[in-house]
Parts: sequence; C-alpha cells; structure tokens
Amino acid sequence: MAKHHVTTTINGDPVEFLCSTEQTLLDVLRDVLYLTGSKEGCASGDCGACSVTLDGRLVCACLVLGVEAQGRRIETIEGMAKGDVLHPLQQKFLEHAALQCGICTPGFLVAAKALLDRNPDPTETEVRYWLAGNLCRCTGYDKIVRAVLDAAADMRGS
Amino acid sequence: MARVILSGTLKQLAGGASELELDVRDVRQLLRALGERFPELAPHLEGGYAIAIDGEIFQDAWFAPIGPDSEVHLVPAIRGG
Amino acid sequence: MNDPKPIGLTERQWKVVGTTPLRPDGVDKVTGRAQFGADMHLPNMLIGLVLRSPHAHARIKSIDTSKAQALPGVKAVITSADLCDLPSEFVPAGEMMVNYRDMTRNVMAREKALYEGHAVAAVAAINEAVAAQALTLIDVQYEVLPHVLDVDEAMKPDAPLLHDDMITIGVEPKPKPSNVAKRVEFALGDIAAGFAQADVIVEREFLTRPVHQGYIEPHACVASFSEDGHAELWCTTQGQFIVRSFCAKLLGMELSKLRVTPSEIGGGFGGKTVVYLEPLALALSRKACKPVKMVMSRTEVFRATGPTSGARMRVKIGATRAGRITAGEALLKYQAGAFQGSPVQPGCMCAFAPYDLENVKVVGLDIVCNRPKVAAYRAPGGPIAEFAVESVIDELAKQLKLDPVEFRLKNAAKEGTRAAYGPKFGPIGLVQTLEAARAHPHYRAPLKPNQGRGVASGFWFNVGGDTCATLNLSEDGTVSLVAGTPDIGGSRASLAMMASEELGIAYEKIRPMIGDTSALGFNFLTGGSRVTFSSGMAVVEAARDMVRQLRARAAKIWEVPVDEVTWEEGVARATVGGVPKSLTLADIAKTAGKTGGPIVGSAAINAQGAGPSLATHVVDVEVDVETGKVTVLRYTAIQDAGKAVHPAYVEGQMQGGAVQGIGWALNEEYIYDDKGRLENPGFLDYRVPVCSDVPMIDTVIVEVPNPRHPYGVRGVGETPIVPPMAAIANAVANAIGIRFTELPMSPPRVLEAIDAKQAAQSKAAA
Repeated sequence: MAKHHVTTTINGDPVEFLCSTEQTLLDVLRDVLYLTGSKEGCASGDCGACSVTLDGRLVCACLVLGVEAQGRRIETIEGMAKGDVLHPLQQKFLEHAALQCGICTPGFLVAAKALLDRNPDPTETEVRYWLAGNLCRCTGYDKIVRAVLDAAADMRGS
Repeated sequence: MARVILSGTLKQLAGGASELELDVRDVRQLLRALGERFPELAPHLEGGYAIAIDGEIFQDAWFAPIGPDSEVHLVPAIRGG
Repeated sequence: MNDPKPIGLTERQWKVVGTTPLRPDGVDKVTGRAQFGADMHLPNMLIGLVLRSPHAHARIKSIDTSKAQALPGVKAVITSADLCDLPSEFVPAGEMMVNYRDMTRNVMAREKALYEGHAVAAVAAINEAVAAQALTLIDVQYEVLPHVLDVDEAMKPDAPLLHDDMITIGVEPKPKPSNVAKRVEFALGDIAAGFAQADVIVEREFLTRPVHQGYIEPHACVASFSEDGHAELWCTTQGQFIVRSFCAKLLGMELSKLRVTPSEIGGGFGGKTVVYLEPLALALSRKACKPVKMVMSRTEVFRATGPTSGARMRVKIGATRAGRITAGEALLKYQAGAFQGSPVQPGCMCAFAPYDLENVKVVGLDIVCNRPKVAAYRAPGGPIAEFAVESVIDELAKQLKLDPVEFRLKNAAKEGTRAAYGPKFGPIGLVQTLEAARAHPHYRAPLKPNQGRGVASGFWFNVGGDTCATLNLSEDGTVSLVAGTPDIGGSRASLAMMASEELGIAYEKIRPMIGDTSALGFNFLTGGSRVTFSSGMAVVEAARDMVRQLRARAAKIWEVPVDEVTWEEGVARATVGGVPKSLTLADIAKTAGKTGGPIVGSAAINAQGAGPSLATHVVDVEVDVETGKVTVLRYTAIQDAGKAVHPAYVEGQMQGGAVQGIGWALNEEYIYDDKGRLENPGFLDYRVPVCSDVPMIDTVIVEVPNPRHPYGVRGVGETPIVPPMAAIANAVANAIGIRFTELPMSPPRVLEAIDAKQAAQSKAAA
C-alpha cells in the first residue's frame, strides 16, 4: 500500500512526511519525525501523555491520524521553549518540583498552556478539571496544580 | 555465646527449636553453624534471610560481627518496590 | 589520616541539605528532550512483537512458526526454545532470590500458558505492520484447561492445579500438590493468653483486589546483539544491573558481554524491577543480528505484567478497657499470580509493626492462580495487611470510646519495641507522627453530614544494599558524579546535594548522571526506598574519599603533614611556616596531573542500617448517598523522613503514594470475565485517580534521624501508600456508619451497601 505524502507545519516549521493510512499523528511525530517529546502511555486517548495542539485545539495525538495533519498547524512540547528561554509553565514546573519521573510532563505542559491560552485566570477547580485528561501516577497532582496556578499568575503579571 | 532466635518457618524447619546459644563471631559462621546443626534449614538460609544483630538489620553481610552477648534474629529479607 | 570529628546529626548546620534546588535533569524533562525507553531509535532497527495466550490456563501442545518465518520482512521468530531452561531453585541474582525456572517461563511460556496474555512466541520484522501480520501466522495448538482466579477457590481440593509439583513449603508433614506455594508464620508470646486478658475483641474478614502499579510509561527496550556474542541493551528499568543478571542467565551469557543502559524511567513503583521484553528482544536480536525494539501497548501492560496481589484476610485484635492491646492475630492469604512469590511474607511482618505487642501471631499463605505473576508494588505486601489491621484498630478504638490517635499512642511502637518478626526497633518516629496528627488543624476542622474523618498509621522497613558511586574531578574544578541507581523521582538532585554538602562546593558545580552497567560496580536496583539512603551513603563516602585525597595533595604542595590540612567549604587550609595558606578545589584540580594524577573519589558498599519510616495519615471524605461516590475532601500525610535532603521531593513521595492509595481504596481493580480474560486492560476502565478526583495533599515531615546514615536519612518512598486505604475506610465508616472490608469502595459497592442498610433499617422499623 502506497504511503501518503503530507505537508504540514510543526512548531512553526514547514514539515513534509510520508505515512501509511493507519499511522496516528503520534506514530508520525515519534517514529517518522523523531520528535519523541510526545509520549505514548495508552494509545487510546485516556492518559494525555501525547497531548499536542492541532490548529490551537488540545488533542491526543494518538487519536489523530497522520494524514489529518495535512495543511494544519501542530504545536508539540518541543516548540514550547523559545530558544533557551523556558515558557513560564516549564519554569514553574521546575521550581515547584511538579515532576518526578517526568513522562507525563510534556502532556501536562501542552494541556496547561492550552488552558491558559483560553483562560488566563483559572480557579484551582478549573485547572483540575481541565487537566483531568492527563494522568500522573507519581506526583498526586498537588505540585502540578500549584505550578500551573503560579505560572498563570506570573503570566498575568500579578 | 550469642543467643540466636528462630521463629516461624525457620523454627519449624529446625524441628521446633526456637532459641539457641551458638559460639559464632560473624554472620557467615552463624549460617554455617545453623546449616550444620539443622540440614533442613541450610537451603533456605542462603540469600533469603537478613540477620538482626542486637536490633540492627544486616542484609547479605557475611562479616557483620556478632558479639558474645548478642541477640540474633533471622528476618526474611526485604526487597521493596 | 583522620576524618573530621563527627558532629551529632541534630546539631549539624546544613548548607545545602534541606534546601530545594532545581533538579539537574529537569530542563530536559520539561522540554521533551529526555530519552525514555521508547524514545531510542537505532539504524537498521527491527520491531519486535509478542504473541500472547488468549486463554487463562492451557497446555501448549505445539507451536508452528514456519509460516511466520517465511513472511517477507520477518527476520527472527522465537519461542521458549530460544531461552535457557533453568532448574527450579531459589538463587541469589544480584541480591534477590529468584526462581529462574519460573522466570524463564513467565517471560515466555513453556509447557503451559498460565494467564491470559502470557507470552508464547515473538517476532522481529522490518516494521510493526509486518510483525503484527507475522503474529497472525503463528499456529499455536492449545488444550484449554479450567482456570482459577480467587485464593479461596484456588485452595479448594478440586481446584485446577497450575503446577503439578507444587508442594507447600512450611507445612509438616508435606501435603500433596496444591496451589499453595508457601506458608509463613511470625509469632511472639501467647495469643490465647493475650485474648483472655482482653475486655474487647474485634475480628473481621477482608478482601482486596489486585491493583497495578499504573506507571504511565509502558515497558520498552532496544536490544542489539553483535556477531561475536556481546550485546547492548537500552531499557526502562529500576535496575540495570538486575536486568543484566536476569538476561545473562536467561540467554546463557557471561555478564561482561552484556551492557545494560537504563533510559529515563517513566514510573516503576516496583513494577520495573523484573524483566518481560528484555530477554525476548535480546533473543530476537541474537537471531537477526540486528537491533530489535520492543514496546508494550497499554493493554499488554495490564494483561501481562505483574500487578500486586489481591488478598483475603482475617484479623483479630483484643484490648483492655484502658486501651492497651493485649493480642493481635492475622491470617493473610495473598495471590501470587501464575508463579509463586506474592509479598505475603513482608505483609505478615508489616501487619502489626506499628504496635508494641507482647502477643502476636500472623500466618501467611502464598497462593498461585491464573493471573499475571505479581510484581513488587510500593511497600509490597504492606498496604494490604495494614489496611486490614488499621481498620480493626479503628473499630476497636470506637468500641473503647477512645480517640483513634490516642489509642494508637497508647500502643505505639518506639525505640526498643520488639517487632513481631523478631528484632527490636532502633529510633523510629511513629509517636512523633501521631502527635503531629493530633496537633494539626485538620484534626479539629468541623465536618458536615455525610462527611467523616479517618486516621491510619503505616510502616515500611526500607532497605540498603550494594551501591557504588564515583566522583570524578575535572581539571576546571567541576565534578561529575556517577551513580548506579536510576532516578525515578528526583534523586539525582539529592545525590548532588549530598556531594555538595560534603565537598563544600556549589551544587551547580556537580553534574550527576546515572551510569550503565559498565561504568560502575554492581548496584542493587532503585526500589525499597533505598536510593537517597544507599546511593547517598555511597556518595558521601566517595566525597570523603575525595576530600582525603585533596588534603593529601595540598599537604604535598605545601610540604606539611596531612593532619595539618583542613578542608572547609571547598578550600584546603594550613599554616605553612607561620603563614596561612589556602587552595580551592579548582586550584588543586588544575595541577592534579602533576601532583599525582587525576583525583577520583569512589565508594563501593553494601549499605546497611536502613531505618524504617513510619507515617500517620488523616483524611476527610464525603459520601454521596445517592450515587455511592466517595469524594476525598482533605488529606494530610505525616511521615518521618529521618533527614529530608530535598524536602520538595520528600513531599512529592508522600503526595504520590497517598494518591495511589486513594485509587486503591476507591476505584482500582482488575475485572475478569468467566473465561479468565481481563475486561478492563486500559486506563478508561482501570480507573486511577485523575487531577479532579483529589484535593491538595498537605504534608508534614517529621525528622527522627536514622543514626546509621551519615546524614540521618531514612527512605521515604514506600511508606506513603500504606495508610490511605484504611484511613479512607475509617473515614467512610465515620461518614455513613458503614464499615467496608472490601476494596475498592467503588460507587456501585458503596451504593449497594447504603441501600442494604436502608432496607434493613426500614424492615426493622416496620
């Protein structure tokens, strides 16, 4: 079966790749483009470790087909820092020790950024429900929520 | 002579003996002495047990010293997760 | 040469230990740069997949791989014939006692498939699609056998036997073959006499179900065999040296021929202290002479990797009216899964460990059944047993009309208390955690209807073990620290902090890394809450070794006796001919080649003296009586850390363990159909806590130094998962007056119990 040729934009850069029909966007990112920052935890959209944004919308890359990237704009964890300047969320995760093993961290950061892009002043409850699609088994979520709230305050300039 | 206390499964394999006095100066001598006195015990002793000497636990430490008045327990080795 | 005079641990002025610097591997983890198990790609790499048994129990009559081998793109196919068959004996393997006959069969089935998901064959092909197709071409002839899942069912005389030659160890006279692998017993005093003295006795039966460690990163590895028989293995693991030991044995290799590099690890909790894919990837790579990558899917993780045991238990405790426990008795029946080795023994030892008891008897049974072989899960065995005991303690306190914390204080184990398993405790901090609970504002906060508060305590031993560490001084005065224990939760930071404290140089000047099996002597795995304790001890020793060398170099340079040289805050000082002189670490580093050679501090120890960590947790819940949902409103975890090197990471362990316990208490379980097949092998229906399920987890760190560690450190990672289930069960009992003795307390079960109680009450009223 011939592969599909896809042209897309990833983290602001033009990208072309070949993929088969059944390959997910996550497969493509990790195994074709070697952008391994997005992780596979379940391949069924239940853990959020593969969170990316597609035209600004938070999605699980394991639930998007590679061919669906055609002509669209994808943002992954690799695009979050600008040069050597970390995004405030990344910085706050470090300061609050909001990661232990770190496997869920890229997914949480992408999801948290998607929240703050829409709602710059969320309550703790809003943060918890927005991030309910991202599983963490190490931290118990406490320091993650604190980091997101602190980053939000920082970004609001308060 | 050190006082060596066996309990549970080890006590059973030692034919019910629960307390022994043994003239041993370290863990390796202790394991040897126990294995010689109770051959049924010998295969279980290697690696499966930690030794508590006066309350301090030693795991895999052949030369941990046993004093003349020490109280020694064999404790199943703990690994954790 | 003398080391500086030791200062008492509580008087020491710490410069770095106790602060919260950023972890050195943090930036790579928040940018996605860090490489986990599945992130490795090698040129020429093949993809490996496993064929798994669809039956819970079946004899394997034949396996025909010829069609799979013939498929274009398939480069290797293996079955159990490609791994060594090993005799049944418990042998030390890197410090653990393992039964290699069981291990080789768990990794790939031989005579029988013993659980749904049991590996039966594996293929390596040029891509995943070809590998998947090849699996469908492997013809396995099974003779399906009746299966058994529950411990009591497995013990019935007519139960299907998993292993025809299993004779229970620890029972005399020897019984005929059964599914009971082992019986263990721990006892002190005379429980009959003890119960005779009791004014109140409570006896209860409990049931817990298996729960999975739930690490978000599935097992993954890349194996690369060379034509001359040496191999490299990259894998996500808690112990690269353990993996080397196991794989070398299963493949019949010399240890030095196998180099294992640990990737960053996406969670383990004990579940990655064993091998599944690694020997298969190596065997495939050996056949194909190309690298083979294998990654488990989430359904494979649930079907085929070890959860912890489910259990049936009976606990009986008696106490006087004054509140002194006079006797404690327990029978613990733990599921081992398909092969022997449940953590029933540590479960027995932990059960009553928080209490000072004269009369105690705990009996444990290790029982096999047609489920995946259990693997360690955070304080293996302890949470299960302590759930039962802490629940009964709570009921007893109620019947005695005593506050649950007061009741525990009256009976708390302290320094000098004799444990049920024999030795007396050194200094431990249970009393301090109980007092902190009693004093905490959480304990007095008001509650509303259908809300309840629960308390439970917990214990875990912690371990030490073989550990090596090296500090290499670079010519610019910076130091590279090589440790051998994979960093699951931030331990690299703590190790660098301890080196920094000891050497007296800035934390940022020390770069820690985790070495592969060729970089260091043997290291026991990351687990048993041992890294900050053992690798920390090794790092401190390596640093002291380096300081001795630094002082010796300075002494040579100044031509003074080394005893006159002090080392403080990264500087060597002495008075030479009446003039005070100093050399910094960087100064000495610059000329190291000329003063004797590179300066390397190293340590290779078998760390002894790990001290137990005790905890008390307080939780408030609200029960929705219409839906049966239990919501955790407030949680406070209090634990003795000995010395908290990096307090934020200690807090993190307490919070993470508590939330795993919440999941265990309220929702997690394996659900099997009547054919023994798992119905919920995914995160949708195997429900772990999500962010919206839990509140902030408040923590209080108590410090009762462990005198056997140079900084007083106790392991902290495992104890936090021990109290939550009982604390929540106790809270629910206080909220709605129903005592749950079965886990999980999921909404359907809670609702059923509420409805039953209401029905009984209406009937009584009528």
